[in-house]
Amino acid sequence: MTHGDGQVLEERIAEWRAYVRSREAMAPADVDELEDHLRSQVEALEEAGLAEDEAFVIAVKRIGALDTLSQEFAREYSERLWKRLVVAPDAVGPEGATRGRGYKEAIVAVALAVAAAVAIKIPALFGVRLDAPDATGENASFYMRNASLFVLPFLAGFFAWKRKLARPGWYWLAAPFVAAALAMNLIPFTRGGFTESLAALHLPIALWLAVGFGYAAGAWHDHDRRMNYVRFSGEWFIYYALIALGGGVLIGFTVLLFSAIGLKVELLINNWILPCGVMGAVIIGAWLVEAKQSVIENMAPVLTLLFTPLFTLLLLAFLVTMLVTGSGIVDVDRQVLIGFDLLLVLVVGLILYAISARDDRAAPRFFDKLQLLLVVCALVVDAVALWAIAARISEFGFSPNKVAALGENIILLVNLGWSAVLYARFVGRKGPFGALERWQTAYLPVYAVWAWVVVVVFPFVFRFR
Amino acid sequence: MNIGKDLVAASATPLVLAILSEGDSYGYAIIKRVDELSSGELKWTDGMLYPVLHRLERSGYVEAKWGTSEIGRRRKYYRITDQGSEELARQRRQWQVVDSTLRGTPFTRS
Repeated sequence: MTHGDGQVLEERIAEWRAYVRSREAMAPADVDELEDHLRSQVEALEEAGLAEDEAFVIAVKRIGALDTLSQEFAREYSERLWKRLVVAPDAVGPEGATRGRGYKEAIVAVALAVAAAVAIKIPALFGVRLDAPDATGENASFYMRNASLFVLPFLAGFFAWKRKLARPGWYWLAAPFVAAALAMNLIPFTRGGFTESLAALHLPIALWLAVGFGYAAGAWHDHDRRMNYVRFSGEWFIYYALIALGGGVLIGFTVLLFSAIGLKVELLINNWILPCGVMGAVIIGAWLVEAKQSVIENMAPVLTLLFTPLFTLLLLAFLVTMLVTGSGIVDVDRQVLIGFDLLLVLVVGLILYAISARDDRAAPRFFDKLQLLLVVCALVVDAVALWAIAARISEFGFSPNKVAALGENIILLVNLGWSAVLYARFVGRKGPFGALERWQTAYLPVYAVWAWVVVVVFPFVFRFR
Repeated sequence: MNIGKDLVAASATPLVLAILSEGDSYGYAIIKRVDELSSGELKWTDGMLYPVLHRLERSGYVEAKWGTSEIGRRRKYYRITDQGSEELARQRRQWQVVDSTLRGTPFTRS
């Protein structure tokens, strides 16, 4: 700068840049161009004898109202308003310094995805193959027990790297994975037994919350970070489903094209594409969610808004039908028990994602009342089901499956029951919405504890059967 | 004299093209030149020039290139293309029709 000391001017220009950058229709290059204009104008005005600050004020004014300007840009670049998630990572970061970081993150994510894809094939080197004739079921059982251990450590590592977790944090993060690996491979499960499949089913849940520790950069007590992890999980799930959909199409075409030239590729798909894809997509999905965060509207809350009324209607219809026809729940078996668990999971999910997108200072609205109605309906339906199940259990005794399903049912019921109370207080303007939010995030470790109990304690209680 | 908004908007394209046909230039200098040529009568809101320039670039009438200014700052320079020159000629004829009609002298096709 040839005029003045320039320091103050630089600061003001930086502020102005940040302000202009907040307009969606303006790309960084456009702001650069405008900045050059602004500086030229300031220089010319200073040349004409104005003080630096006066020159700046006039130059900014001459550029014109930013609202009108960004409208013009929006008209010219309407596609920019369709905020794009471009995988070329420089478009993801806000600008400047973060661009390099976004690039690095992309490389790390892809590398970890490849690592996860390779990891699932390593046991095959030692003869534990999925495709080999496997009379004892030993191999299939190995993969079933350890599946999540091949990928979730990489995901946890990704977050630990991204959040710059301190060294002690890395040890804490590694601990659950080591513990899980030991438990899954040292506990003498009966092959194909109930406790084994229950452990395999619950391990991903237990470890997913361990990944959350990495996600929260070790600050797992932090309410907001827990909520962010909940948001992340919802978005990740949607991304994963989308990637899976695309992968299915890809596999379909692979089979189609190769069968056209008389080649059978099923083996290639089952042994390589499917397992590697399933593993790698976990990391890629997580990376995409991280990259897009603010770029696109979160999908989970949108789906929640769409489906809350529909599920409320379904439950109401079910209850009314039951009352009118006077029929009780007749067919109580494992499937029904699991079905009611899933129903509660779904309702908890609908509440969680409705909460995650809600401004907690806003007054109660119609949608909140609808949510309350949904929770109450779910509670009533579940109470009816539990009654029938309890009768059944007292008649036929406990089995690992029944206890697991029952435990989950009770955990979810407690959550929903208290949620209903908090919701009712909020709708009646007797309590803050924040209380409901905190209850949900405070409850998260309960799921983890139960999952670990099923993985580690159940086998011993039920003698590994 | 205050020139109406619509007229300013309508004249922006031919004016920018006309100035660029004198030689390559950049935003700030284009505005300076408009000011000079119109003796300060044509007042543009400075920022509004840029959407116009970008629109012209997209239509292929001008080309843009990042360079550096005389004091080493990043600056985007614009150059008129052949297509742009044709468009300028077309728009000039249109404005001449308007101009001669306004003055009450019949327009002569050349």
